[in-house]
Amino acid sequence: MFTTKSFIKKNKIGNFLKNVREHYIRDDISCGVPNCTKCKAEASSFLSETHINKCSLYNFNHFVILDTNIILDQMDVLEEPVISNVIILHTVYKEVKNRSLPIYKRLNAILDNPSRHFYVFINDHHQDTFIPEEDSILINDHNDRCIRAATSWYIKHLPANHFVLITDDNKNRQLAIAGQIPACTIAEYVKHLENKSLLEDKLSRKDFHTESKGKEIFPPHLSTAQLLNGIKQGILHQGTFRASKDNFLEGFINVEGFTDPVLVQGRSGLNRAVDGDIVAIEIFKKEQWVSPSEIILEDDGVSEEQIEDVEEKEKVLKNTTVQDSEIKPTGKVVGIIRRKWKQYCGILQGNSDGVYQIFVPANRSIPKVRIETRQADFLKTQKLIVTIDAWPRHSRYPHGHFVRALGRIGSQDTENEVVLLEHDVPHSQFSEEVLSCLPKLPWIITEEDEKRRVDLRDIDICSVDPPGCTDIDDALHCRPIKDGKLEVGVHIADVSHFIRPGTAIDLEAASRATTVYLVGKRIDMVPELLSSNLCSLRGGEERFAFSCVWEMDQNANILKTRFHKSIIRSRRAMTYEEAQITIDDKTQTDSIAESLRNLNMLAKILKRRRRENGALVLASTEVKILMDSETMEPLDVEVKKMYETNSMVEEFMLLANISVAEKILDDFPDCAMLRRHPTPPATNFDPLVKAGRHLGFDIQIDCGKNLAESLDNAVKADNPYLNTMLRMLATRCMLQAVYFPSGTLQKEDFYHYGLAVPLYTHFTSPIRRYADIIVHRLLAVTCAADSTYPDLLDKQKSSELCQNLNYRNRMAQYAGRASVAFNTHLFFKGKLNDEQGYILYVRKNALQILIPKYGLECTMYLVKKGETSIFEYDEETITQKAGDVVFHTFDPVLIRLKLDSSNIQHEKFTVQLVEPHIPGFSVSPLAELQEGMNEEGAKPVNERKRKSEETKKNKKNKK
Amino acid sequence: MSKNKELISKIGLRLDGRRADELRRIRCKMGVFAQPDGSAYIEQGLTKVLAAVYGPHQVKNRQKAQHDTCIINTQFSMAVFSTNERKKRPRGDRKSTEMSLHLQQALAAVIETDLYPWSQIDVYVEVLHADGGIYPACVNAATLAIIDAGIPIKEYVCACTATLANNEIPMLDISHQEEVLGGATLTVAALPMSGKIVLMEMSQRFHLDHLPKVLNKALEGCKDIKVILDEAVKNHVAEMGSSTGWANSRT
Ligand SMILES: [Zn+2]
Repeated sequence: MFTTKSFIKKNKIGNFLKNVREHYIRDDISCGVPNCTKCKAEASSFLSETHINKCSLYNFNHFVILDTNIILDQMDVLEEPVISNVIILHTVYKEVKNRSLPIYKRLNAILDNPSRHFYVFINDHHQDTFIPEEDSILINDHNDRCIRAATSWYIKHLPANHFVLITDDNKNRQLAIAGQIPACTIAEYVKHLENKSLLEDKLSRKDFHTESKGKEIFPPHLSTAQLLNGIKQGILHQGTFRASKDNFLEGFINVEGFTDPVLVQGRSGLNRAVDGDIVAIEIFKKEQWVSPSEIILEDDGVSEEQIEDVEEKEKVLKNTTVQDSEIKPTGKVVGIIRRKWKQYCGILQGNSDGVYQIFVPANRSIPKVRIETRQADFLKTQKLIVTIDAWPRHSRYPHGHFVRALGRIGSQDTENEVVLLEHDVPHSQFSEEVLSCLPKLPWIITEEDEKRRVDLRDIDICSVDPPGCTDIDDALHCRPIKDGKLEVGVHIADVSHFIRPGTAIDLEAASRATTVYLVGKRIDMVPELLSSNLCSLRGGEERFAFSCVWEMDQNANILKTRFHKSIIRSRRAMTYEEAQITIDDKTQTDSIAESLRNLNMLAKILKRRRRENGALVLASTEVKILMDSETMEPLDVEVKKMYETNSMVEEFMLLANISVAEKILDDFPDCAMLRRHPTPPATNFDPLVKAGRHLGFDIQIDCGKNLAESLDNAVKADNPYLNTMLRMLATRCMLQAVYFPSGTLQKEDFYHYGLAVPLYTHFTSPIRRYADIIVHRLLAVTCAADSTYPDLLDKQKSSELCQNLNYRNRMAQYAGRASVAFNTHLFFKGKLNDEQGYILYVRKNALQILIPKYGLECTMYLVKKGETSIFEYDEETITQKAGDVVFHTFDPVLIRLKLDSSNIQHEKFTVQLVEPHIPGFSVSPLAELQEGMNEEGAKPVNERKRKSEETKKNKKNKK
Repeated sequence: MSKNKELISKIGLRLDGRRADELRRIRCKMGVFAQPDGSAYIEQGLTKVLAAVYGPHQVKNRQKAQHDTCIINTQFSMAVFSTNERKKRPRGDRKSTEMSLHLQQALAAVIETDLYPWSQIDVYVEVLHADGGIYPACVNAATLAIIDAGIPIKEYVCACTATLANNEIPMLDISHQEEVLGGATLTVAALPMSGKIVLMEMSQRFHLDHLPKVLNKALEGCKDIKVILDEAVKNHVAEMGSSTGWANSRT
């Protein structure tokens, strides 16, 4: 086929380079309208003859043509299946892609849906609608001209049909009407739609703020030209704005050239920047620099006009910020370079009636949003999604619109949905296409399989996992071989046997990247048939595995390593507890027990060696929520128990991962999927070093080994929990470990800081992590069990994949934590408990307290509204003093915890001090209060648990 | 990275409005110079190449002369104004030498060299404007110039580029813009009638699984080009003939 058309040249001159490109004009582009006799029918057109757009502005059925601004601003309206038979011009389509990739993706989703009847008309390559760009006119004007020209062409091309142009650009609309094109704004159009239902709620309010009312609350932003000019001259600086979670009047901007983030404070400092926005800032002279306030301020404003309370809080803020040695570069936001507004989950504040409502986002970094709705009473009971449209100067809050409701506030399902949405976790059902990739049941092992795999069915292999685990990735064995040596095998579920590259199931798994664990709910990366059955190395069943087998001496030195695919039959799927009992029970002498004992012995040596090399032992609280299986309500929250066997399994998984990393890097120097944990910059450790210093410890941070040692040495006899607290703080100083293809970095950057190994990867959990599947495929190639495919060896593709995996992993981790947090709240509902806590941070007006038993962090305010504080804050030592009681970082306290449900929309913990006793501030212990009464709800405060139980690594996330 | 850019949009068009299997517009003219024995000018999209052929004539360096075949001497050059940046391009740099060699290889496959022992054919190609697919344009121009010179050939030798768009769709005749945005480009010189491949070159590493479909696409391109060149030759001959009255009998 050969149809070249006459062409014109496109000149793009810049940087003294003359770029000439071809632009072909075609005669085979269809208008897309069904039954058009002039064009060749376009099979891909979804435009419908039967659909009718009923808008009372027009007394005829019509096709709709959209201007770019409608698509960019009103996607929420377009996504509703109301307006259909829409023609998207190619010039508009391209501009949308340039302006906003997320919107472009959403537009594509609509275009792909046949029932929405959208069609892309390639006007810029069509012989009749192409308009050459002229140098004299602006791009924007040119695009508008193209839109009008294409609309006019449609009207002439199909006289029997009608076409309506919707645009919010006044000039374009007037010119269109002057040119006999029916045109209107989206607001008019939606208002006159017959079946609009609540579509008006979803209209973006971007252009509605022009009417200026009342006084102006914020200083104006500079124009884009002024901003760019200022940045060019070095007067202004560009950076991403990060709002403080604790103080709504404070934020930070990371600016190139400054090691510390630049601090902005107050209404005029933040000047309508929203978390994530790219802003331009002016940095003050050094004399005006201040330190971050270290106070906690919550925005409890109720309406968009009143700002008295903000003014008051700004005063508080001003009083607390001092110009001392801790000053940070300070500045103010003078303009917004790019908004990064997204959709936000949250609830309505609900204390006002009428169409204007204040929306409170769940994310505390995001300001409240004013929305307009005609269904406020219903929405007050719902969790909802809202997006921001604009933030005019006269409004205290940004203006936005309602996108959709997620469900009733407080219900388990709604909250799960919120958590999944907030963290961008793909959680829809697996599609038919994905499910069709699953193997047919009954699944049997064929002779062919037996020929290609090493048969290990006669070896006594077992698995050790948490109780209730159904996706068993790994199993182990250990048996003595000749000369007193030991053979140790790690057998990993052979997921890559079932998930072949490029299939629907593979693409889906790659996009999900990881299985997400919420309380009482698991969102699988691969369908259940694989995750809980065919891949899961269940006890007593024959399964395919990828084995890593070492020959070791009694000192856990590796003498030989081999990898192969195998068939195994796990003798028993044990829990950590069962395995521990088996090891400890000396009367058990069967091969499984012996094998576990040997493994445990080796693991201890491995662990010791690893720690000597400088591997960090960090701490985080991982809690487990016991659920009532019927009501799905949390029964109890407890810290997960750790056994020696946890560490045993972990050691061998680490060892297998390291062995595999070495192997695949050898064979694929360019595209081995590895995992690195970057060394944190020294400034990250500031809080840790500071806390250590005040407690009299010198925390060395120059290298991982010294850090590990100084953490080991930081022990105080009178506060056994102190060491754990320090380790928790150290955990927070770390950077995230990330996946990367080996070809993209220098070898010295491959280092894993936390584990103190030069090479690391993930091999041992392919059922729940996609990275492991890739590693399996690479390893399969190295041992000639499988062949490569293009994307596997493409550095670029691998790099993109890694980015997605890293993003999804981070989100999955946050989602898991959010789910635990919600369930902890639920558990505390209606309960009143005295709990043992520890001071995590001492702030100027509050104490941040950690309750290890629940892994809960809460804030105890030291000053009540309108009262003068009885506490004295000492900046030198970071302590709070009242009478003879002094609070240091990490001090134990007994606190009363209550969930304040007086406002069902906004539950929060109230914290009261029980011990140490401070007259006029503390409350008396519950036990005293309830003497003689029945003890319902109150539990004795737990004795401090053995440290070893609480000090631990979060096996699933931290490595 | 720019590599992520889609070379073929969702609606199936390339950046310049072509479909995946369409060549750029080819315009060509034979006999553009009087001095050489044969000459041709070709435009493939914005890539413009001049070719001139001298010979067969006596071998200049007698020591190199061969008793059973003729020497094909090729020389490739690029005009200083041929790319965005004005750049002095010395003759005989690594790239030109390689191009010359590849060109020689392609022409040696079709010229009936054994008809001209002890002699030499000189082929000069000059790129006037480069917009991707330089080598194919040179081969195609040289083929026309050789025909213009009246040197007997076995069949046409045509060349074409192809690549894989969006990592799945094979795509023909790659422009400079697409070269920059896309991945590996495959250049193929082939004898379209017999389907023989004379030369094949990849610009980058490339997974073997992709090769068959991209190669097929490039071969298709060579065949399409052959049709166009053939047409040009027929027109040229008719034109020449009509001026001498030779072709009058046909019309
Ligand atoms: Zn038509």
